[in-house]
Amino acid sequence: MDTFEAIKATFFQECDELLADLETKLLDLESGAADDETINAVFRAVHSVKGGAGAFGLEALVRFAHVFETLLDELRAGRKPCDELTVRTLLRASDVLADHVAAAQGTGPEVEEARSAALVAELEVLTHGEGGSPAPDEAEDDFGFQPVAFDLPSLDLPSLDLPSPDAPGAPAAGGWRIVFRPHGRMYVNANETGLLLRELGRLGPLEVELDDSAVPMLDRLQPEENELVWTIRLTAPVDEAAVREVFDFVEGDCDLRIEPIAGEGPELPPLIETPDAPADDIDISALLAKVQDEPAAAVTPAAPATSAPAAAAPAASATAPTASSPPAAAAPATIRVDLERVDRLINVVGELVIQQAMLAQRVTESGLARSSGISVGLEDLELLTREIQDSVMAIRAQPVKSVFQRMPRLVREVAEMTGKRVRLVTEGEATEVDKTVVERLAEPITHMLRNAIDHGLETPEERTAAGKPSEGTVRLAALHRSGRIVIEISDDGRGINRERVRGIAVSKGLIAEDAALTDDEIDNLIFLPGFSTADAVSDISGRGVGMDVVRRSIQSLGGRISISSNPGKGSTFTLSLPLTLAVLDGMALGAAEQTLVAPLSAIVESLTPKAEDVHYVGGHDAVIRFREAFVPLVDVARTMGFRDAPVPPGQGVAVVVETESGARAALMVDAIHGQRQVVIKSLETNYQQVEGVAAATILGDGRVALILDVDALVANARRRPAAADLKLAS
Amino acid sequence: MTKTVLTVDDSRTMRDMLLLALEGAGYRVIQAEDGVHGLEVLAASGGADVVITDINMPRMDGFGFIQGVRSNPAYDSTPVLVLTTESDATKKARAREAGATGWIVKPFDPAKLVDAVRRVAA
Repeated sequence: MDTFEAIKATFFQECDELLADLETKLLDLESGAADDETINAVFRAVHSVKGGAGAFGLEALVRFAHVFETLLDELRAGRKPCDELTVRTLLRASDVLADHVAAAQGTGPEVEEARSAALVAELEVLTHGEGGSPAPDEAEDDFGFQPVAFDLPSLDLPSLDLPSPDAPGAPAAGGWRIVFRPHGRMYVNANETGLLLRELGRLGPLEVELDDSAVPMLDRLQPEENELVWTIRLTAPVDEAAVREVFDFVEGDCDLRIEPIAGEGPELPPLIETPDAPADDIDISALLAKVQDEPAAAVTPAAPATSAPAAAAPAASATAPTASSPPAAAAPATIRVDLERVDRLINVVGELVIQQAMLAQRVTESGLARSSGISVGLEDLELLTREIQDSVMAIRAQPVKSVFQRMPRLVREVAEMTGKRVRLVTEGEATEVDKTVVERLAEPITHMLRNAIDHGLETPEERTAAGKPSEGTVRLAALHRSGRIVIEISDDGRGINRERVRGIAVSKGLIAEDAALTDDEIDNLIFLPGFSTADAVSDISGRGVGMDVVRRSIQSLGGRISISSNPGKGSTFTLSLPLTLAVLDGMALGAAEQTLVAPLSAIVESLTPKAEDVHYVGGHDAVIRFREAFVPLVDVARTMGFRDAPVPPGQGVAVVVETESGARAALMVDAIHGQRQVVIKSLETNYQQVEGVAAATILGDGRVALILDVDALVANARRRPAAADLKLAS
Repeated sequence: MTKTVLTVDDSRTMRDMLLLALEGAGYRVIQAEDGVHGLEVLAASGGADVVITDINMPRMDGFGFIQGVRSNPAYDSTPVLVLTTESDATKKARAREAGATGWIVKPFDPAKLVDAVRRVAA
């Protein structure tokens, strides 16, 4: 059933949110940032997971959530202390709960029985004390609150003195005789005699008799009270349980006697008869009208059913909390939209931007005056297009919180496995970035955090010996910097062992033995393919993935990664990523009849070099003097294979670009066409990956332009001399 | 005439399930996410024929909500059903003390839910 599956999907989606919230709140408890409401929120999260899981029959999940919830309920009620040990157990329980959810969803493996059972045992010890056996369902306490006080005058009317009903009997052939006297309370809770009669009527034909003898005279009448006694003959062979169920909601708010009719005894004349009436055809209004025609109707204010609850109202309304309740708190007005719809919108807006640019170009070509109505209108259109685009991009923007939230658990696990003590500090969780980027951030961050704990941090003993606190700190931060999002992962560990890194790089043939490298360059060697600092790939950060893989996944997002390290003090990894994968602010460059786009963020400056500024290393590798340093000169048209001849000396423009790690190169092109925003079209999706090309875009004139992969171009240009060195050295 | 049921629950899953079951039975459903919101929705929509509420909710729990409903003369005769995970007698008694008209035991069977609503709806 589709709807059912959809609700199930919603459930798992909600579980993710609840689990994230659960963890945040537990961490608040751990760090002391909690208030009274925190433990309630924690309880509700687990309670909701359990509730939904019950609805879908996810039994393992329900069982675990139940034990978890039981302890939380004790904590919530203040019956058990919420100390450090307890919070740690709760955190581990939340991890197991998450695993149970993942298993139920089919996105994770089955939870190991032993692990789950061990935690269940721990939770139970905390709930019931050492050795205490859990009383079944003892703590499930939906109603552990102060009940609403209604303060009704106690009943001191002649009691009906009804015997308590016997155990549920078998169907009585002759039907049932029901004596029913509602208490005033029943009406306060919005139950109605009329509705109960309607329900009984569904079971079979009724004869209803009303005894009004206890109703006092009008002047002594208590409108909140009820003195009417109903005697109902239900002539249908139904179970007593079925009859009792009708009164399920009002049990305790009425005197009730249900007994089988033995077909004996003098019966009072029935008040009304509904012989053989089909169950649904009981006409309540007719019934009530008839009631009012009877002598008892003389005291109609006390008439049962409909009028009683209304009369009971004014007493309670004096202290109406609604009247004093705070005005509607401005709840964040949000809607949930299918992601596919947003993506479709973004695609269309991308097309709109291109179409708009094409239209603008046509108009320019047509030679219309700039002041013409069409040109002016087109400019306004351009502004609006920009605005639409920004707004649409904002829809996709999401805080990185969703990724950061998953990390405390990872840190706990890695810390446990390595025997290190780690504190994770996160900053800038609210930093927003495109959804796709957020999703693809999780893996590199996970890997780098593992790396920071496993390789970066020392053991507690080593730290103490080095005069550092035994607990290491790993910082995970996000911030916006010049139109990009920057993620920093730093640790206060031992830093990079440069000698060792260098040694490995040499032994693996990645650099020449005598290569002169700066500290930074050595640090960045760890990103080279085939480099791994761990002697043996460890369980934690190994997993067969090196830092080069991390770098590649970052690069595929148009991002860059770099490291800076301070021996003995720690290391910092810095990731920088575009805010969106859909648009790019770029500089259009001309090279051999082709238009290319360089990301604006990479461009340092542009210059027109004179012939004498260009020097050649080894006869062919051109470099250019730029700010008291030589940077490699990359002839773009040649590198891309557009033509064989280089740009003639003294002609063309050099665009100096810089990678995130600070490496520079000058891109030699024929001309600069100007800055523009382009819609990124994936080359891999539509064609295949091309060295030196990051993606493609469609220009205003409808032609395809390639977006340059500046990092690859720079790396290429800089590697060549190194490769030459290597040859010399070997 | 189509009857309106207000469901108050902080769990989206539960709201969806109630919606599915009740709309399937021909009721019009309005929803709220907690007690405070529930009272707002009730006021904004001019009341409901039946209210179904959860107990554990942020901002204002089910008890506070029922009290709010019962103390407003405009809604004090509106039937309120409570969603509860337990079905033993003490829990029912407490629900009743709190002013609930009846209860629905979670996880609920849609037929039973609709039946409970029908039973209390005038």
